[in-house]
Amino acid sequence: MLGVARRKLGFGLLSATRVLPAGSVLAKKFSTAAKEITVRDALNSALDEEMSADPKVFLMGEEVGEYQGAYKISKGLLEKYGPDRVLDTPITEAGFTGIGVGAAYYGLRPVVEFMTFNFSMQAIDHIINSAAKSNYMSAGQISVPIVFRGPNGAAAGVGAQHSQCYAAWYAHVPGLKVLSPYSSEDARGLLKAAIRDPDPVVFLENELLYGESFPVSAEVLDSSFCLPIGKAKIEREGKHVTITAFSKMVGYALQAAEVLSKEGISAEVINLRSIRPLDRATINASVRKTNRLVTVEEGFPQHGVGAEICMSVTEESFEYLDAPVERIAGADVPMPYAANLERMAVPQVDDIVRAAKRACYRSVPMAVAA
Amino acid sequence: MAAAARRLSAASLPLRHHHLLLRPFASSASGQPPIAVETSVPFTGHKIEPPSRLVDTTPSELLSFFRDMSMMRRMEIAADSLYKSKLIRGFCHLYDGQEAVAIGLEAAITKKDAIITAYRDHCIFLARGGSLVESYAELMGRRSGCSKGKGGSMHFYKKDSGFFGGHGIVGAQVPLGCGLAFAQKYTKEGTVSFALYGDGAANQGQLFEALNISALWDLPVILVCENNHYGMGTAEWRAAKSPAYYKRGDYVPGLKVDGMDVQINLSSPNTVLS
Repeated sequence: MLGVARRKLGFGLLSATRVLPAGSVLAKKFSTAAKEITVRDALNSALDEEMSADPKVFLMGEEVGEYQGAYKISKGLLEKYGPDRVLDTPITEAGFTGIGVGAAYYGLRPVVEFMTFNFSMQAIDHIINSAAKSNYMSAGQISVPIVFRGPNGAAAGVGAQHSQCYAAWYAHVPGLKVLSPYSSEDARGLLKAAIRDPDPVVFLENELLYGESFPVSAEVLDSSFCLPIGKAKIEREGKHVTITAFSKMVGYALQAAEVLSKEGISAEVINLRSIRPLDRATINASVRKTNRLVTVEEGFPQHGVGAEICMSVTEESFEYLDAPVERIAGADVPMPYAANLERMAVPQVDDIVRAAKRACYRSVPMAVAA
Repeated sequence: MAAAARRLSAASLPLRHHHLLLRPFASSASGQPPIAVETSVPFTGHKIEPPSRLVDTTPSELLSFFRDMSMMRRMEIAADSLYKSKLIRGFCHLYDGQEAVAIGLEAAITKKDAIITAYRDHCIFLARGGSLVESYAELMGRRSGCSKGKGGSMHFYKKDSGFFGGHGIVGAQVPLGCGLAFAQKYTKEGTVSFALYGDGAANQGQLFEALNISALWDLPVILVCENNHYGMGTAEWRAAKSPAYYKRGDYVPGLKVDGMDVQINLSSPNTVLS
């Protein structure tokens, strides 16, 4: 089943853009002026352009140089910028992250890659205590223009220690900015914004999205392109229920919206893009319009991103809610290995559809179904 | 008390840091003839030739050392009284007894070289040019403090003189200091960084991770262990299997130095930088 979402582009160009749901097979291409690039190429080009524009930007991490990147995100960069600016580190996250933060104190602009954010836990003291808090503790004397990036969340079959989502962990901390792209446009624009930002930014990518292609306009491909931090994007407009998501779940939410539209429920899908700062204005404006909310995330439910969104809406738009907020999250268990269990531990399109229906009082009671 | 200095990558030293051999010499300014002082205790080297025990100085320089060290001693004792009167809250880690390290180090380097330390930072701040008013104001949470009252005892900084704090997490300052050195090498400034840490922090894993990377990448950093024989409340012999901290660098040269003698501290960075 191939979902196709059509939208008019805001700045006057009339062309059909198709947002490809994650994991779908491209059967047919519309003839469109828009070019398509993978998220991987989007990240690579963003790194390349920012390193070219500012000699203080450098990349460090495991396998980023000679191996061309564990997921090939930094392909070609060592050859282009040399070993002084693309540094292969030993497998010592605490050490190299501290070195990266120290370099940022001095005025360089490091991009520290974690092979996955699960390994960032080895370095989390430096991310939080050395990077995030320093600007405040020094009353502005020390600024830390560093980016911590890498894949976040579940991959496929990598087990409990390699599958956790850290969005809620890092978004908890004042002094950090936390971004999570979905499409190639997001990847390019947000990574450029992160590298240019004077404060520490945690940039949560998704391994399963690296190979996904998305159409991008000429504006996005321009080297000056940048997205604002703290602004969400309404991927699909709707009237009946708001669905918030980030990263891979945006694709699932869009598929769910397509399924719902066939049943007469028009869902508005918000791609958060920025977890901290959260775009509370956009979320609340949408809920005030639709009166119903479903939050979707891949991570564990307790103290998750959805919990914060729910509270934000309760604080600002309580009277507008016609139904309790629905929260879709990963299962509250360490990620299992077996494929069928893994599928059950991560939200699927059906889960989002059911939640939206519950929010719209359209769900089928268990007794009737039985 | 002994301070052990560890210099990374002795191999490519000579050409790079030659200019730092020229310590800003008081004698040329004051017109006094230099006098040679023999250090109280000889140096012990690990994979490095220990420097000479004779250090050149002048009477006015010695007096300035004494005065600065006395001021630091008085400052810390006064801070102790304030802390006991609850005018300083939270933590207050005092440097009295260790003043010679700060003063001796400062005399051998420039403000373009970087220093980073842990939470026993009041006197390093003073040595780097900070004022007493800023120090006490910070300790007592006032706006005129060096961190506007937002940092407290453990978070003094003076970036314009190359002092990068003031860190509360034991051992974290060592990789950060290696990062400062990385940036100095990257920008080809020819300056060096000093990462100060205690005998307690010497057992931290991240120190060895940073040491490994620094040696691999040939970073201009000196790790200075200020051994006061206690890590928080625990005596050295109960925390460290090997108290020979200057040898802990293994493949990295180290120097054991008497931290109570300002002349030794003065000469050892010069040696390692040569």
